[in-house]
Amino acid sequence: MSASFTKSTARNIFYGGSVFFFLIFLGLTVDTTMAVPSHNAKAQLTDAAVRGKKIWETRNCAGCHTLIGEGAFFAPELGNVYVRRGPEFIKGWMKAMPTNVPGRRQMPQFNLNDAQLDDLVAFLKYSSQINTNNWPPNIEG
Amino acid sequence: MSNATVAALPASKATVNDQIKYRSQAVAKPYFVAAIGLFIGQILFGLIIGLQYFKGDFLFPAIPFGTARMVHTNLLIVWLLFGFMGAGYFLIPEECERELYSPKLAIITFWVFLVAGALTIVGYLGLPYNVLAHLTGNDLLPTMGRGYLEQPLITKVGIVLVALSFLFNLSMTLLSGRKTSISIVMMLGLWGLAIFFLFSFVNPNNLVLDKYFWWWVVHLWVEGVWELIMGAMLAFVLVKVTGVDREIIEKWLYLIIAMTLITGIIGTGHHYFWIGTPGYWQLLGSVFSALEPVPFFMMTVFAFNMVKRRRREHPNQAATLWALGTGVMSFLGAGVWGFLGTLSVVNYYTHGTQLTAAHGHMAFYGAYAMVVLTMISYTMPLLRGREANSAAAQKLEKTAFWVMTLAIVGITLSLTAAAVTQVSLQRLSASPLPFMETQQHIMPMYWARFGFGLCFFTGLMMYVTSFFVTGKRES
Ligand code: HEM
Ligand code: HEM
Ligand SMILES: [Fe+2]
Repeated sequence: MSASFTKSTARNIFYGGSVFFFLIFLGLTVDTTMAVPSHNAKAQLTDAAVRGKKIWETRNCAGCHTLIGEGAFFAPELGNVYVRRGPEFIKGWMKAMPTNVPGRRQMPQFNLNDAQLDDLVAFLKYSSQINTNNWPPNIEG
Repeated sequence: MSNATVAALPASKATVNDQIKYRSQAVAKPYFVAAIGLFIGQILFGLIIGLQYFKGDFLFPAIPFGTARMVHTNLLIVWLLFGFMGAGYFLIPEECERELYSPKLAIITFWVFLVAGALTIVGYLGLPYNVLAHLTGNDLLPTMGRGYLEQPLITKVGIVLVALSFLFNLSMTLLSGRKTSISIVMMLGLWGLAIFFLFSFVNPNNLVLDKYFWWWVVHLWVEGVWELIMGAMLAFVLVKVTGVDREIIEKWLYLIIAMTLITGIIGTGHHYFWIGTPGYWQLLGSVFSALEPVPFFMMTVFAFNMVKRRRREHPNQAATLWALGTGVMSFLGAGVWGFLGTLSVVNYYTHGTQLTAAHGHMAFYGAYAMVVLTMISYTMPLLRGREANSAAAQKLEKTAFWVMTLAIVGITLSLTAAAVTQVSLQRLSASPLPFMETQQHIMPMYWARFGFGLCFFTGLMMYVTSFFVTGKRES
């Protein structure tokens, strides 16, 4: 680096650049926050779905699964499982765990009651209604 | 120093060590020891989940995958935090040319953090997660159950308090001391770390906004403020081991972190492609995040350049090796492997696949694990009363460097190969296979990953052993 390019120039680029781009980011965040409801007009965040989200979180589902591609990569994508499998399959699946098939990856039994299962399904239904700009590429997630 | 201050320090070291300039720097030592201990724990749980990938019922139902994974990732974050804190307690007094404001507070903070961390891990392993959530106030303010932020509310509050105590201590030291660019950048990074952690308390019911702000912790940490901490730590060690003029090193530091934030803030958009956010993020996120490798590349050039222009031969060659390694591996892991999946047209197919895991491993190791190990390598001999370790100890440490680093390369390549199969069978194929069936085709790669994991563990054991090797001093 040439001698005329001083440390204080570098420092000014740092402070100026950081503040400038952070302010733009804040602006984009405001815009995104306002655009989210209309962008996701089809997504029904019902009371049941809100309760279901709490179940999703307190059973650490994201410790094994992805939800719209985020979480862990040990077990299938669940953002679209409502579409792939449907509500009855999901409830039956939860009740049937663990499979205890030797060597196969195992999912715990969470002992959810019927009301909790309905809430969970409502949450997964809501997740599947989010406008993901057509992700995933196919139904398998 | 007051009597209380001296009493807070390990007695033997407080009297004999002439290698450290300020006695209170000794508080860094327990932080580094804890960091290494937790690192071992992290890797043991990594081996458990690595095994569960192909032997799915291993330890089930005692330790389900999700529980062990949470221990793996949380221990990673916590040991890195211990490492950053130890680095802060060592670096800030030295740069500020004065004793730490309160060594006693630093030691109290250490124990609070260690006990809180240990209790949290015990809670993860000993209680069903929903019971833990219920007992720890998650019903009051639900924050749990999201990647990296799985900690109970009380632990999160504890982390904030620990961070505040740490930052108060360092800021008071800085305020009445010499203010160098390195110390200011370090403090900016650490304050940023604490401030963005506050977003872990933000968990809207709306899943889109939940995900949006989750990345304000995760992305704005590793591709934002943590890079400031990393840059400052690397610059500090390079000043010491190369003797290059501080003005030059600090100019580089500012340029690197300028590029970090100029690219990395809007670069957050590479996580906003598919989560229910507007389409413009695909362009913004792709363009800005494609430039994020630049600061990591500069970091590499910087490290090599400074070592080439060195004005002294520092006897601690292991520390120099770690510093160079950090430059290279952070560029490969964050820069190259991050870039592989960052353009929206590619990410559409690779999002949430093993490519993400491959990148996560090499980036976290190459940037943050390695920079902490660089700092430990430079400071631990000093904290133990010698300028550098014996030739035999350094030789073992350098071997450990190579074993761990090559093992991470092996893990990354195995997972990348896994990702190629996964993407082609499950995402690109005209008749896509279901997830679980696809996994069956990848099993050999998971075996390979586990094998490299065992190599990593061996390297880590060599590293730990190097602390106990005595032998003739090199100089
Ligand atoms: C040292 C710095 C970095 C670290 C520690 C890091 C770590 C990670 C981790 C752990 C994840 C997975 C998060 C999750 O979903 O659980 C991730 C995702 C991602 N990272 Fe990085 N990263 C770093 C830098 C970068 C850079 C510089 C780029 C771009 C050039 C990048 C691009 C990405 C992308 C595109 C994803 C999302 C992958 C997906 O869609 O599944 N990262 N990173
Ligand atoms: C013995 C060595 C290791 C093994 C076998 C191992 C194994 C694993 C496994 C199986 C996962 C879960 C992947 C999933 O979600 O399905 C994981 C996640 C993770 N590990 Fe490791 N690991 C090892 C070492 C490390 C090291 C050295 C680091 C960093 C310094 C690290 C950082 C991470 C991170 C950041 C994640 C979360 C990744 C993400 O969300 O994308 N691991 N590891
Ligand atoms: Fe990112």
